[in-house]
Amino acid sequence: MPEDPRASLLSRWTRRTSQSPLLVTALALILGLAVGALVIIVTTPAVLDAWRGSFHSWGAPGHAIKVTLDNVGAGYRSMFTGSVVDPPQFWHSLTTGRNWSLSLTPLSETLTYATPLVIASIGVGIAFQTGIFNIGANGQAVAGGIAGATVASMIHLPTFLHLPLTLLAGVVGGMAAGLVPGLLKAYTGAHEVIVTIMFNYVIYAFLIYTLLSTPLQLPGQQNDISRTFDATAQLSPFFGGSSGLRVNWGLFVAIAVVVFAWWFLDRSSLGFDFRVTGANPNAARASGINARVVVVLVFLVSGGLAGLAGIVQASGTTHLITGGFLIGNAGIGFTAITVALLGRNRPMGIVWGSLLFAALGVGGRAMQSATGIPLDLATVIQSVIVLFVATPVLIKEIFRLRGAHTSALQLATKGWGS
Amino acid sequence: MTKRFDSLVANDGIDLVVEPGQIHCLLGENGAGKSTLMNVIFGLLRPDEGEMLIDGEPVWFTNSGEAVRRGIGMVHQHFMLVPVFSVAENVVLGFEPTKSFDRLDYAKARDDIRRVSKEFGLEVDPDAIIEELPVGLQQRVEILKALDHDAQLLILDEPTAVLTPQEIDALMTIMRSLADSGKSILFITHKLKEVKEAADVITVIRQGRVVGTAQPTDSEGTLASLMVGREVILTVEKEVRSPGDDVLEIRDLVVRDDRGLPAVNGVSLDVRAGEIMALAGVQGNGQTELVEALAGMRFVESGTITLRGRDITNKTPREILDHGLGHVPEDRHRNGLVLSMSVADNLVLNTPRRAPFARHGSRNLNAVRDNATQVVRDFDIRATSIFEPVSSLSGGNQQKVIVARELSRPLTFFVASQPTRGLDVGSIEYVHRQIVRQRDEGNGVLIVSSELDEVLSLGDRIAVMHQGKITGVVEPTTSRETIGLLMAGVSEEPARA
Repeated sequence: MPEDPRASLLSRWTRRTSQSPLLVTALALILGLAVGALVIIVTTPAVLDAWRGSFHSWGAPGHAIKVTLDNVGAGYRSMFTGSVVDPPQFWHSLTTGRNWSLSLTPLSETLTYATPLVIASIGVGIAFQTGIFNIGANGQAVAGGIAGATVASMIHLPTFLHLPLTLLAGVVGGMAAGLVPGLLKAYTGAHEVIVTIMFNYVIYAFLIYTLLSTPLQLPGQQNDISRTFDATAQLSPFFGGSSGLRVNWGLFVAIAVVVFAWWFLDRSSLGFDFRVTGANPNAARASGINARVVVVLVFLVSGGLAGLAGIVQASGTTHLITGGFLIGNAGIGFTAITVALLGRNRPMGIVWGSLLFAALGVGGRAMQSATGIPLDLATVIQSVIVLFVATPVLIKEIFRLRGAHTSALQLATKGWGS
Repeated sequence: MTKRFDSLVANDGIDLVVEPGQIHCLLGENGAGKSTLMNVIFGLLRPDEGEMLIDGEPVWFTNSGEAVRRGIGMVHQHFMLVPVFSVAENVVLGFEPTKSFDRLDYAKARDDIRRVSKEFGLEVDPDAIIEELPVGLQQRVEILKALDHDAQLLILDEPTAVLTPQEIDALMTIMRSLADSGKSILFITHKLKEVKEAADVITVIRQGRVVGTAQPTDSEGTLASLMVGREVILTVEKEVRSPGDDVLEIRDLVVRDDRGLPAVNGVSLDVRAGEIMALAGVQGNGQTELVEALAGMRFVESGTITLRGRDITNKTPREILDHGLGHVPEDRHRNGLVLSMSVADNLVLNTPRRAPFARHGSRNLNAVRDNATQVVRDFDIRATSIFEPVSSLSGGNQQKVIVARELSRPLTFFVASQPTRGLDVGSIEYVHRQIVRQRDEGNGVLIVSSELDEVLSLGDRIAVMHQGKITGVVEPTTSRETIGLLMAGVSEEPARA
């Protein structure tokens, strides 16, 4: 869009940045951290005590402010050093050439956590772009994990066959779990949100069943735990097992998925059909796109990617699955929904969103062990970010942005319609 | 007055004077800036430069409520009525008369409406429910509403677009009587015939500027050339051709509408190669459903549709498209375009997999771009870029995108529903010429239109539809009155195929 050349450089810069969804996300992050700081203040006894003290003696607010800043600062510092890099430690490695694994652990952990998240989020994002709200990604990931674990632990092959076959099994498992809601929606009109939510429970139950009552259960065990994956079916760490760095070859699977998703959405005919269907189902139909086929295929693609995420998670880190696989905080299939929203369903957006969420999660754990601030703070920050990204109007009001480009943002939140 | 949207100057130094008791016509193509001007006057948009005087007093409105209080009433192209409320409730909405304890005073509301409608000759039952009224009466309610708020200047934005010929005549009468009683009317349109019929003064707008004022006595040709800046051929130029064999055969077709009622009730119709069959009729008499069934978008209850000897009854849209049917749907936003996607993508919307646009499931974006560049030039689609979303184009250019898409692939049959609805003279002329070209290339063409002028000038034969049946198939030389009677369901001769 041509701009008025008379406008000052500053005003042009403000204008351009205020139209970028990236800026809105960055501001949402700032707000998230601000809200997080408030939470730290009201939940840390030391801070509250300092403020209470300041009411009794008039000279003390300076002290209370210092305590507050110390605590909030320590919390966020440990979050950063725990998820990205600890500068002194890093400098130490750089100058002495030692302890590299310690310096790289935070980054390695963040990447390890982000790897399956990227894959699952792209699956969810592709479904969103087609106007399909796939809430069942977590169940599909679990199904992928079950199928992949079966191949990984019960069949024995050389690596060049075993690993691809394991990953493929994960994809197929996720597809199978996605196919059922897909068929139900295509042929009976059942709303995919309801069906996929319910189907999550079915798959959890199936997971427990396979781990307790089938040969997948670790022999000689009463607990819900699977056999260990063969070494030939594991996504091994880059730097070898002895380095302690968990970042693994799954990262390349994720990169391949990102490239695939870019090609699929931007360049493939099927991806075009998906996007047309998502943007205007009526026009899609009039243009000869078969809505039923598209719905089923979307669930196959989305479920397949979720399944791949599940097996990448298992094969890259735990090398086995348990009854707690992807439950609770580990439920990447649910986090994927928010990440897809954050990344506006676009592959690169999802990569950044996944890294951000992974860093917050990993950093939150480091913060908890270093300062005692509960891990839930990370969840609070994540939630606030999503809240503000999903309601860009709020961001615009708070930061007085004029004409920020919100249509792209709203598009990302579309998809509830049946 | 000047109004800019980013870099686009929608209104560029517009001067306009409306006298009391005058019907002032604002004539211009789609995208000329008429609606922007009206929205500024009515307080819906803020101008960037300029001033507005009412009775010599400078004013600018920051919202439409202020405009209403200063005696400006607006009837939008799409009505702003609550469908489930009664006429009286709608008219007083926002300015409700109340009795003690904030109770609505329905009696007063009804009396007010009776008084106003009597004064201006606008007969409406105050207790009727809006959604049960025909479009023409709904519009009358909008006018009543403005008058009830004591409007001195009435803005009518494309008021005839949704009306039948009879309703248009009635509207013209109302407008004249309002003007006679001292009200001023700003009448926005792009239809030349109505301008000549109704206007006292005509202001022509082109590309955001006033390009001239004209008198209603000026010829349509003069007006049209002012609007588009060049001479326009108003009657469709077409040579007489001898049509070939039947290409489309519809037999005893029965199709239900969305409510499950039979909308097409035993229609048989043949269209020959090299012939334009124009389907006339008041909207809502089954034309929409007939075309949807033809395009595979609606289930055929019974009967058959045969295209070039092949049965396409209840085939999928894909199969029918591949069999060479070009289709311009009636509702272009709903069925014809993906508004958020680019012009280039919309131009290949139903051929994304056809060579050269894709190979082995991978799209060839260079081919898509080259195609768009070429088509945009050939069809004179005005877009700042082929990559901008089609939603940013004017209505006329959006329609051109659809027509261009359908006509730039090999066809055997072309069907277009309301192909020129909402289009300006330049675009209409263009679309008409394309339709005639299809015929001259030996394709069968079916046109559905509620504009009698269009039907008469385009059709080689005219089929008239009423309540799901064909009431007659006549020659284009038939008088308007005869066709009007057929449209009303009075069959002069037994329906024949």
